[in-house]
Amino acid sequence: MAGVAELLDGKRVCICAGSGGVGKTTSSAAIAAGMAARGKKVAVLTIDPAKRLADSLGLPELGNEERRVDPALFAQAGIETNGGELWAMMLDAKATFDELVRRHAYQQLSAALAGSQEYMAMEKLFELHAEARYDLLVLDTPPTRNALEFLEAPRRLMQFIEGRALQVFMKPTGLGMKVFGRGTSMVFSVLRRITGVEVLEDLSEFFQAFSGMLGGFRERAKRVNELLANPETCFLVVCGPQGEPVTEAVYFHRKLVEAKLPFGGVIVNKVHYESELPDYGEGFAAELAEALGDDDLARRVLMNFDDYRALAARDRRNIKRLTAEMRARAVIQVPYLDTDVHDLSGLMQINEYLFAAGAKERTAIAAG
Amino acid sequence: MYVPAVSELLDKRLVIVTGKGGVGKSTVALALGLAAAAEGRRTIVCEVSSQEHTSHVFHRARVGFHEVEMADNLWAMFRSRIFSYLTAATPGLRELVTIGKMWEVAQPDRKVKKGRKYDLVIVDAPATGAGVGFLQTPRTFANIARVGPIKAQAEALEAFIVNHRKTGAAIVALPEEMPVNETVALERQLTEEVDVAVDRVYMNALYPERFSKPDVERLESACGKTNGPLRAAYRAALSESRRAAAQREQLARLAELVRAPVRTLPFVFVPQLGVEEIRELAKGMH
Repeated sequence: MAGVAELLDGKRVCICAGSGGVGKTTSSAAIAAGMAARGKKVAVLTIDPAKRLADSLGLPELGNEERRVDPALFAQAGIETNGGELWAMMLDAKATFDELVRRHAYQQLSAALAGSQEYMAMEKLFELHAEARYDLLVLDTPPTRNALEFLEAPRRLMQFIEGRALQVFMKPTGLGMKVFGRGTSMVFSVLRRITGVEVLEDLSEFFQAFSGMLGGFRERAKRVNELLANPETCFLVVCGPQGEPVTEAVYFHRKLVEAKLPFGGVIVNKVHYESELPDYGEGFAAELAEALGDDDLARRVLMNFDDYRALAARDRRNIKRLTAEMRARAVIQVPYLDTDVHDLSGLMQINEYLFAAGAKERTAIAAG
Repeated sequence: MYVPAVSELLDKRLVIVTGKGGVGKSTVALALGLAAAAEGRRTIVCEVSSQEHTSHVFHRARVGFHEVEMADNLWAMFRSRIFSYLTAATPGLRELVTIGKMWEVAQPDRKVKKGRKYDLVIVDAPATGAGVGFLQTPRTFANIARVGPIKAQAEALEAFIVNHRKTGAAIVALPEEMPVNETVALERQLTEEVDVAVDRVYMNALYPERFSKPDVERLESACGKTNGPLRAAYRAALSESRRAAAQREQLARLAELVRAPVRTLPFVFVPQLGVEEIRELAKGMH
């Protein structure tokens, strides 16, 4: 099994993707810090860093511009960077969008139109990649409802621009539904049946406001798509060990493969290691009670131990399924730490797992 | 501070359950649905995200875009594939149509053929940052379309969402730093930007405080003197107590930083939540 350093060998872009709440932001920051400690000039593009983590990296106001993490912080944490640099920027979808709108004068395209935001992250990624000032860009993807929306954003935008959806709505308007072609009527009638409301009848008017404004986006969206498929790009799927995140990760991996996008490996955060929670023999309850000299405490310790063991068993089953389904080069497990990671030392602690090459069994976990 | 009882929250016609990704929105939406159904309200839980959690919990086949009875007084509704297909390529359209549908289901006199009448609609909303945008879609469309039925319709949806008597929101949080921060920001956005009433914040998956301080001291000293399963059991107990303590810090932060009343839901130590566990949670929704 490979570690993150092997997976990112020769890569210029690392995209951490996964559903919400699985620790993508922390993984992205840890990977970026780890690669910087290996002598690379790295920029991490994050969405919403935890305030404590941003503060501790000396980046209290992370804006839409890259900021360098003070090398003294690495020195203080006892980390030799060998000329590496860590830069960070916050991806502010709204700001990126406004910039883009300003530049292309697409004023009517309001940022409030949900669904456009995923695309903005990749706009910024594309820009930074084109400028080629970094050895490696690590992208923490937006918290999409569904990991796939991120992937489909450029395609969706292109589809929108190419007008498959627009054409439906761009037919002459003002005379009501009668003038629409049969196809359009059918779409409207299906939508009306679904919604039960007449809300869509004059959408065509709305979308005509968009016509002719979108040409410039098209070429860019295409190039963003090319960047995602570039062999120098590496997708890491981040997930948690619970059933749903694993199912989502498996699905996401399949979509990456189908789209011929370069999949590197999977990171499973917050794992309860079974090796840390061994089985016990008969009479263990009595043994506990005797060792602690307190029946009530022994009972609670045992109940808690059983609960932890159940979680470890769940994690093992889910990771087994994940490994079998993905046939990944790397399934990297990071233990469930007892407290939030909020500084460089914490990131480096995670990196012991992320960058461990070989399936070496780790023992220094949470309760250590 | 006056805290409305959960039944008052459930007296509304529309309850939007929202929060950061992975915090357990679907579970809370379903638990609220079960709590409302147990009080005799005809309730429907609408899943706006595509994961179809509810149908998994109830071991039903994927149901597509239909209203399906899940339990006494409890229905669920999901989006169909054709729906996604039709709306996927147009930014904003999916959100608008979805909100339109939520509104329609919540009407006391539904115009849809054979439309079942519900007392309460619970929406399992998309994860934030998309969440606020989702609720603002009607306003956006109302602003862009200057005249015509789309404007009238979008304005009607907008008026429904900001009606504090009929519509309420419950935010789901986890006892960790970032979800707490996001919850605080989300409450502000919902209250100030969208103007929807935030009635509850649910702190989900809170570890129990199983061990007192003296317990912890005894376990720490016992830990150094032994090996094997005994030591592993002590370490698991110490880990639990550390997590429970760290989580209480976040709970205190949350309670201090949000305006809505905070309720806690316990972490459930099972591999996969089933309907029985969610029924248990439903009893503690107050």
